[in-house]
Amino acid sequence: MSDFLTPAEWEALRLSLKIASLALAISLPPALLLGYVLARYRFWGHSALNALAHLPLVLPPVVTGYVLLILFGKQGALGMFFEQYLGITFAFRWTGAALAAGVMAFPLILRPIRLAFEAVDSKLEEAARTLGTSPLKTFFLVSIPLAAPGILSGAVLGFAKALGEFGATITFVANIPGQTRSLSLALYTEMQSIDGEQAVTRLVIISIVVAVTALLASEFLARYVAARVRGQYD
Amino acid sequence: MIDVDISGQLGSFQINAAFQNSGGVSALFGPSGSGKTSLVRMICGLDTPSAGTIRLGDATVFDSARSINLPTHKRRLGVVFQEPRLFPQMNVEANLRFSRWAHREHSSQKFSDVLELLGISHLLSRSPRDLSGGEKQRVAIGRALLSDPAVLIMDEPLSSLDGARKAEILPYLGRLKSETKLPILYVSHSLSEIEQLADHLVLLQQGRTVASGPLTKMLSAHDLLPEEGASGEGSLLVGTVSGFDEEWSLTSVDVEGQTLLLPDLKVTKDARLRLHINARDVVIAKERPLDISLRNAFQVRIANIRQISDANVIVTCVLGEQSLKARLTRHAVHALGLSAGQQVWAMVKSAALPKEFAV
Repeated sequence: MSDFLTPAEWEALRLSLKIASLALAISLPPALLLGYVLARYRFWGHSALNALAHLPLVLPPVVTGYVLLILFGKQGALGMFFEQYLGITFAFRWTGAALAAGVMAFPLILRPIRLAFEAVDSKLEEAARTLGTSPLKTFFLVSIPLAAPGILSGAVLGFAKALGEFGATITFVANIPGQTRSLSLALYTEMQSIDGEQAVTRLVIISIVVAVTALLASEFLARYVAARVRGQYD
Repeated sequence: MIDVDISGQLGSFQINAAFQNSGGVSALFGPSGSGKTSLVRMICGLDTPSAGTIRLGDATVFDSARSINLPTHKRRLGVVFQEPRLFPQMNVEANLRFSRWAHREHSSQKFSDVLELLGISHLLSRSPRDLSGGEKQRVAIGRALLSDPAVLIMDEPLSSLDGARKAEILPYLGRLKSETKLPILYVSHSLSEIEQLADHLVLLQQGRTVASGPLTKMLSAHDLLPEEGASGEGSLLVGTVSGFDEEWSLTSVDVEGQTLLLPDLKVTKDARLRLHINARDVVIAKERPLDISLRNAFQVRIANIRQISDANVIVTCVLGEQSLKARLTRHAVHALGLSAGQQVWAMVKSAALPKEFAV
């Protein structure tokens, strides 16, 4: 593949995939937990929690990026905590880009997951508990497999969003080659340069190929998963 | 054993229930909306009563005074719901073995015994969606049995099935009853199912257990109306097989010291039989008629006469501990001068007797 791509393009593509994968890994577990809680339980603050989770969708991405910078930057309380105690630095690193992409993708991952859990027949969960599985085991054995199509579509949507995230990323971790310059940021950089027209075209084509490939793969996977859940597996 | 003594509120509905079962099948009987399902949910720990105690097997699973309230997965229950509730993403075998995830193991011997008992061995690799309604419910029963329960709770397990499917499953339930030592709580609003399966009857009305006791006593003490669409009002007689006449192919059954003749049936001597007899198949005579084709005549005493429509009455007759209902016209009662306390003959046409079920 590196025969077709320049080293810079190859780096941007690899970085984009890496950032999007980590972003998904960061936001999928909390989305599963929150999606289930929002779907199954009614409690004080339910709507407020739901609204809070959807904030990154409605806020200008620059605002989200700025908030991340305040919280997770070199001088941010959480940023210092992660750096000092866990040895993880977000500021101006690809991990920070993944965090920004994960936060931006979170509402998109959450929504299909929550809807999928709402559609899972709670009678099946009850039946599992009468058969002796604890609520946690029931969650993994019954709720998650039955919600799998929705979880998958949330994950695909989130991955796609993370792959193309721009605003929050550039605000939070800037545009550093090899560290935070993903496909979108590379495209933006080339558009700024005077003779970047050809490079822009190439990057646009790469972006389209990546997106279409991801879409086809997820469509195939979704059909397979949906069939399994319905009990067609011959 | 099952020992329930609870009160609780569910929405605007008040539950007040007390009954015991130390073995055999206890039927929880009540009309729709009498709180059967609410009571079952409390026993299963899916809802919480406000006060009282629940004991299942040798464990106290709920005791408000001692603040005990075991969650559902820690109560050793086998529950069969109205709907099969099979996990659609798993095949039949994975459904049956589901309780292994909870470390409720069963021996391979027990596994094959349950498959054999319910006739589901050939379904193991099938998907639940490819099963008939009756097969699904049999798998659900097997799954509950294999979860190593201390008690079995069946919440209207046949109510979602049509008549033919019900008839398909009932014999399995009969076998289950005779082969398992588990105490069973069988919730139903179908008198005919209860007559075929239950040993004890608990009557539930508007959330309260109003009476409980051995089945035949309860049936003669209370006028329980069958559900709509059933064969009609009738009574249950329990008897013991006393012999078989090869020449005429007739089985004689001893009911409270009197003999009932049944055609064809071949069952072992001393087997207990339960017979549902429709009130409209019973004839009353003041003297025993001699030149008549009817063979089955019981000497009974009229307990009461109840009018059910402008033209018809139900005459409840007592024989020993049991009772037999006859549906007559008001005119016939008047013409014969029947009244409570009289000794009369109640006759049943052998051919009208239904298929019988061993107790």
